[in-house]
Amino acid sequence: MKILYQSIVLALIIFTTHKSFSNDEPVYFTDKNQEQRYYSLIEEVRCLVCQNQSLADSNAPLAQDLRNEIFKMIKSEKSNSQIIEFLVERYGDFVLYRPPLKDNTWLLWFGPFLFLIIAVTTAIIFIKKQSQNNTIDN
Amino acid sequence: MIRYLFPLTIFVGLTVLFIYGLQNDPRYVPSPLINKIAPEFTLPSLHNPESNISVDDIKGAVSLINVWASWCVACRLEHPILNEAVKKYHLNLYGLNYKDKRTNALIWLENLGNPYIESAYDEYGNVGIDYGVYGVPETFLLDKKGVIRYKHIGPIDKRQFDDIIMPLIKKLEQES
Repeated sequence: MKILYQSIVLALIIFTTHKSFSNDEPVYFTDKNQEQRYYSLIEEVRCLVCQNQSLADSNAPLAQDLRNEIFKMIKSEKSNSQIIEFLVERYGDFVLYRPPLKDNTWLLWFGPFLFLIIAVTTAIIFIKKQSQNNTIDN
Repeated sequence: MIRYLFPLTIFVGLTVLFIYGLQNDPRYVPSPLINKIAPEFTLPSLHNPESNISVDDIKGAVSLINVWASWCVACRLEHPILNEAVKKYHLNLYGLNYKDKRTNALIWLENLGNPYIESAYDEYGNVGIDYGVYGVPETFLLDKKGVIRYKHIGPIDKRQFDDIIMPLIKKLEQES
């Protein structure tokens, strides 16, 4: 019973203090739609300081600044494509987790399918050869 | 024979790919600002808060804009190179003091030397965002028309300054 009580207290401490460590300016939206756009946008944009985190995940000061910037842009009625353009103009396509299809990104988009085709063809050839060998053996 | 050569070729191919991959620096992200006019800014001067520095004051001659901060450890590494470079060459070197405390920045320059003609004080990092700054120190090279021709991310070492930046400056100075 004592352990249960202690763990509840510990859990409360952990989960209630968590928020207060964030240095972000608080974001308040009156419009539900804007709020949704904000949260989906910050998931879509890469933090350039810690490159495998999105703006939503990262604690880096630059990520905070960019979150604030996106917040301000949404508040001032900028569209998603305008916000994306703003970021790409400054940081390049690399900030987008889903980069646009371009000459230098087609390998990124279609490379996996290319490898899949190669793998499947190799497998088919291999299996055919095996079954041929088997019939000869029999 | 082919049976053994096939995996070997794949192995060698992958090794070459991985060695190539390891030599790429993932922190280096090509800037979309290259060959674009340097973004506008007007900021207070670090030393004289009442007077402003704008990008138009910098444009007109081949110049370097170095983004630095007193909290930036790598800037400390780069600083002696810049100090030496301005002594050795005739350089238009400007500073962009990025998200810093003014007093800290001033003390930093006093202790370590001030290679900059002037430093602009970007307290909130807004100009940094316009310049796509993500890892201080960063250095931008502007040609005579105010077009960004080169960007260096991270501290410049002596060899990079002498072998990459200085020849580029000389080349840009030849341009009309």
